[in-house]
Amino acid sequence: MKISLRDYRDSREVMGSAGVENPPGFRMRISPSLTADRQKTLQDHATRLRCDVINALAEAGSGHPGGSLSCADIVATLFFDVMELDPENARWPDRDRFILAKGHAAPLLYAALAGRGFFSRDELGTLRKLSSRLQGHPDMRKTPGVEASTGSLGQGLSIAVGLALGGQLDGAAWGVYALLGDGELQEGQVWEAAMAAAHYGLDNLVAIVDNNGLQIDGPIAEVMAPEPLADKWRAFGWNVFEIDGHDIWAIHGALVEAQGATGPAVLIARTVKGKGVSFMEGECDWHGKAPSQEECHVALEDLIGGEARG
Amino acid sequence: MGDTQVFEATRDAYGRALVELGALRDDLVVLDADLSGSTRTKKFADQYPDRFFNAGIAEQNMMNMAAGLALAGKVAFASTFAIFATGRAWEQVRNTIAYPRLPVKIIATHAGLTVGADGASHQALEDIAVMRAIPGMHVIVPADGAEAEAAIKASLDIEGPVYIRLGRAKVPTITDGEFVPGRGSTLANGDDVAIVACGIMVARALEAADRMRERGINCRVINMSAVKPLDEDLLLRAARSCEAVVTAEEHNVIGGLGSAVAEFLGANCPVPVLPVAVKDRFGQSGDPDALLEYYGLMPNDIEAACVRAMQMRG
Ligand SMILES: Cc1ncc(C[n+]2csc(CCOP(=O)(O)OP(=O)(O)O)c2C)c(N)n1
Ligand SMILES: [Mg+2]
Repeated sequence: MKISLRDYRDSREVMGSAGVENPPGFRMRISPSLTADRQKTLQDHATRLRCDVINALAEAGSGHPGGSLSCADIVATLFFDVMELDPENARWPDRDRFILAKGHAAPLLYAALAGRGFFSRDELGTLRKLSSRLQGHPDMRKTPGVEASTGSLGQGLSIAVGLALGGQLDGAAWGVYALLGDGELQEGQVWEAAMAAAHYGLDNLVAIVDNNGLQIDGPIAEVMAPEPLADKWRAFGWNVFEIDGHDIWAIHGALVEAQGATGPAVLIARTVKGKGVSFMEGECDWHGKAPSQEECHVALEDLIGGEARG
Repeated sequence: MGDTQVFEATRDAYGRALVELGALRDDLVVLDADLSGSTRTKKFADQYPDRFFNAGIAEQNMMNMAAGLALAGKVAFASTFAIFATGRAWEQVRNTIAYPRLPVKIIATHAGLTVGADGASHQALEDIAVMRAIPGMHVIVPADGAEAEAAIKASLDIEGPVYIRLGRAKVPTITDGEFVPGRGSTLANGDDVAIVACGIMVARALEAADRMRERGINCRVINMSAVKPLDEDLLLRAARSCEAVVTAEEHNVIGGLGSAVAEFLGANCPVPVLPVAVKDRFGQSGDPDALLEYYGLMPNDIEAACVRAMQMRG
């Protein structure tokens, strides 16, 4: 199921020749549109990511499944199609940048990085253990492919804005993709960053809100409602795309439109927290605890049916 | 100190240094939070508008934008008043600049009581403590404009984050304008008491030492602008020969230079260490000189501490 970088680039060239041209003067790369085959592959990747998350968390004995599962389709689309990366040269200057603002979804990011070949999938079993490169929250100094150290909510979009400013300054083609939680939007700093991104006209910045409707203490609507989300982002000067965050076609299509948009763009992706695992779906309780071995078994059953785990 | 004495605020030296560095390094970017006139980053902004980013009144966002620019390969200088740089945005600095060891230089102005009339809300007296507590963070408190300029230039060669504490008020130029990270310098020799000072208190320490000398007591005066990493060798030598130390800083007595010196000497060469600092109180509005007197940061306060230190040494 793993795609090598070469296959990936080859397929991209073929698709690219279909002729998506960047508009004149526009810098951010635009991805070729999706084919039915690729869509199916991405769906498989998403399932694989979910399994890796469940396994890693069960092994670690702690961590955050709910918010990792909810954005697996988004992350799969970014890491296995939209973003240009070079696992053999993690700091390749022209790579697209991904900032996991909701740093507690680290296991999903690690699974994606392993899936792209930044390190071995076996290493996922070291998650959260002493001396592991895979810290509980992303550490850019320890893990190849991690662009920024995150975990303190509310800061990621600001980092992404700074990165995008740097890219703009250099006239770079790479883009910056930031993935935020919907509860995270309660942090005032997110709106400082939103204001700045529009102010600086950051064409090369795409934010994605994992709108799973839940945070730790309950539904976001009960704890501290950030709605109406789309209106807020629009009022802050952003291009807004409201999509189903589990529909690869929709995610991909919105990302491509966002790439071409003038100014910053945000995808408000409606998702289900714990997506794919029956007993975790929509359950606040599964925000921050690991499944037992027993539960892990059931979860994998949900995700891949009779197939062998691991 | 004759009548040819030069006076310059450390923030003015910063403005000057930035413009110079901007010409040398095109990877240098500057951020401010609506205080570019006061912090003097405006000089850079006027010269290099493309490389200047005003975050508006949003210090937390500014610190993380600086981190992002550093991730994009830039060296970022981020400036605002010390109280906001280290207070409002401490956790941003800790988690997103220092933890990943990014080359962000936090140059904060308006530190200490000498802010003057704006009063306690704007007088950072805890900034050294909270910055010093962050692993890997360099903390530099220049004594005058010449040293500030040198420290700002030197900060480019320091890998990772740096905090430089600057002031609002004009101060006499007393150093030769050299700065080496992790190094202090001895400005006056003596073997009776060592006065270890930083920032505006260095000039005051020299004054105190002059007066003590008239009384037959020889004070060594050390400019410990490198608060972190501390110049441990210099400190150790001073403690061994003087056997009594007085520290002087425009900062709360908790967590600043005095604490740093006491922490080190307590473990390596226990001698009396007497702090001259603000005695765990907030500041207030007033003329800078009047405030320094009110809060006990005058040369005669240093003198009194030296006398007590010698008595304690026995
Ligand atoms: C500044 C900060 N405050 C609190 C936390 C603790 N925390 C971790 S996850 C979380 C809830 C996040 O909810 P949301 O952003 O909706 O994420 P998701 O539902 O996608 O997991 C909280 C409060 C944190 N990591 N950072
Ligand atoms: Mg949520």
